Amino acid sequence: MSPVTEVGMNGASRRTWDSQHAARIIEGLKDQQGASLPILHALQDQFGYVHPDAIPLIADALILSRAEVVGILNFYHDFRQAPAGRHILKVCRAESCQAMGCEALVAHLQQRLGIAMGETTADGSVTLETVYCLGNCALSPAMLLDRELYGRVSPERADRILAAAMGTEAPQVAR
Amino acid sequence: MTRVFIPRDAAALSVGANDVAVAIRREATARGLDVEIVRNGSRGLLWLEPLVEVETAQGRIAYASITPEAVPGLFSDRFLEGKPSVGHLGLTEEIPYLKNQERLTFARCGVIDPLSLSDYLHHGGFKGLRRALTLGSAAIVEEVTASGLRGRGGAGFPTGIKWRTVLNTAADQKYIVCNADEGDSGTFADRMLMEGDPFSLIEGMTIAGLAVGATVGYIYIRSEYPHAFETFRRAVVLAREAGYLGAALAGSDQRFDIDVRLGAGAYICGEETSLLESLEGKPGIIRFKPPLPAIQGLWGKPTVVNNVLSLAAVPLILEKGPKFYANYGMGRSRGTMPFQLAGNIKQGGLVEKAFGLTLREAIFGFGGGTASGRPLRAVQVGGPLGAYFPEALLDTPLDYEAFTAVKGLLGHGGIVVFDDTVDLAQQARFAMQFCAAESCGKCTPCRIGSTRGVEVIDRIIENTERTRNLALLDDLCELMVDASLCALGGLTPIPVLSAVRHFPEDFDRPAPAPLSDAESSAACNPRTLSR
Repeated sequence: MSPVTEVGMNGASRRTWDSQHAARIIEGLKDQQGASLPILHALQDQFGYVHPDAIPLIADALILSRAEVVGILNFYHDFRQAPAGRHILKVCRAESCQAMGCEALVAHLQQRLGIAMGETTADGSVTLETVYCLGNCALSPAMLLDRELYGRVSPERADRILAAAMGTEAPQVAR
Repeated sequence: MTRVFIPRDAAALSVGANDVAVAIRREATARGLDVEIVRNGSRGLLWLEPLVEVETAQGRIAYASITPEAVPGLFSDRFLEGKPSVGHLGLTEEIPYLKNQERLTFARCGVIDPLSLSDYLHHGGFKGLRRALTLGSAAIVEEVTASGLRGRGGAGFPTGIKWRTVLNTAADQKYIVCNADEGDSGTFADRMLMEGDPFSLIEGMTIAGLAVGATVGYIYIRSEYPHAFETFRRAVVLAREAGYLGAALAGSDQRFDIDVRLGAGAYICGEETSLLESLEGKPGIIRFKPPLPAIQGLWGKPTVVNNVLSLAAVPLILEKGPKFYANYGMGRSRGTMPFQLAGNIKQGGLVEKAFGLTLREAIFGFGGGTASGRPLRAVQVGGPLGAYFPEALLDTPLDYEAFTAVKGLLGHGGIVVFDDTVDLAQQARFAMQFCAAESCGKCTPCRIGSTRGVEVIDRIIENTERTRNLALLDDLCELMVDASLCALGGLTPIPVLSAVRHFPEDFDRPAPAPLSDAESSAACNPRTLSR
């Protein structure tokens, strides 16, 4: 484990849940001050979500109660407790993007993918989520697909970006 | 060999800068030309991204809005010699948008390679730190106080006074915490700086450490900024390797180091005590104040919590002296502020100017009006807790006190423009909904008040006892202002009441068609709607 905290966002390749591997991640990070967020990020980065079995491992490592770990996990919007789709699409719905029609973009994406915000397509390809501000406010509307930021996203551009990201894996189109 | 600059800033990447870099590399190789590609930060002329620059004997020549398809044409037109071609704007420094700014904090951003220490040193880097090392704690605090620098995160508290409190509080350990949880919509200056000139922030944090006797710094970067996080983390490693962090700082007997932490999607963690809780590994539930973080902050130790822009302003103050900085600005707002033009704006980007510029000058002088070409109807200044202003208030100068006088706030300098399609009743509703989604839940006015606020505004929109509900909204807002523990609940009434005050007609429309039962129950639960 490198001394620098290995943390990251969703997307890219992920391992299936492995308690032993998780325990090694926790062991490598637990001695830093305020270790719980770095640990949760590292687990989510590795597995795509924080498996319920991680809760007692973290609690033991940090000398916290399980309830405290659950409290941390639930407080932060980033942490998910079940696997997401293979791609995570976060659409900004804050004021700057509102001023440039993000709600129309959201409506389009929901219709095209056949899901509501916060849901995952039935084929598991895309999870669609709301985010409040990606810091790309001069080029609104903005969205983040996995770790890639996009600006001036029209519905057509969103379709092209999704199609390119998924390659042959075409998004499920709602009937 | 010719140097070509293609930004690595996330906004530039969001409109294809990486593809342009690949195309330029490929074309140069195919033509056998010796080209060095520098991935700089952004100049902040964001509507022109990807903005490619070529270094010539005359200076850097700009080519705007470049696409990969345009690249072969650029080469054929001899853009490597600065010749006219697609998107050609002449000398970058002469573009009026940039030329008419007063770039102090952002002087290097977009100019240098953000991860090149030699570039940084070449452009005046670490001069402030070197001088600070000769001054000693009290004198550094004195200079920052004399510069008039006020917290750029939004509260506008004098930075020097905060530092003095920490300096004068005895403790075995003190901390510097940089708040890089830039969650306000319409703001991106922190992100640009971390991606475009990270060493200046490292230098500013280090000087703060010397000023108050802190040896450890933390920076809390929001997770919505993956590029800024990566760039800053790499910059910290480079600075440490070069002896600008760690023991024997820049060859002195002082020490300071920085730990880079990632937020987890909670807007409230931009509130300083919530941020401290989060750094300690807990839910970001705010703390009662007092005690102030300056006295009992991180792990109960005296802590300076400053915004990115406050800390990044410090190296120049130390380098050039407090008078130089204080000579910019108006009234009690000294120095410059990096304003950010966003939303429905033709020329969105970063405008660093001395305080005192009017909103109109910013939006029309720099921004060129709305992107849609429709009439401007409202402007929200200062993020989701800032007021909505009508056209009639555009002559307000961008100054802390002038904005307080018109019941608004400058916040972090974000300016979000809306055209005449905006519905201010919906914006007011969103303000309450956002507060409900992001409330930490500690105090009742914020936790419950915001949800009640959504409901009351819904009744006003539905034209259910409109007059009585407007009075109720007023009453609720008064309660939230008076009784909330922090700025989230305490300031959410600002956008709400400004919308009612300046745009009463939007609260007096015929009721829309009623919602189905399912829709209306979803509408009453802000969390369902918002995330």
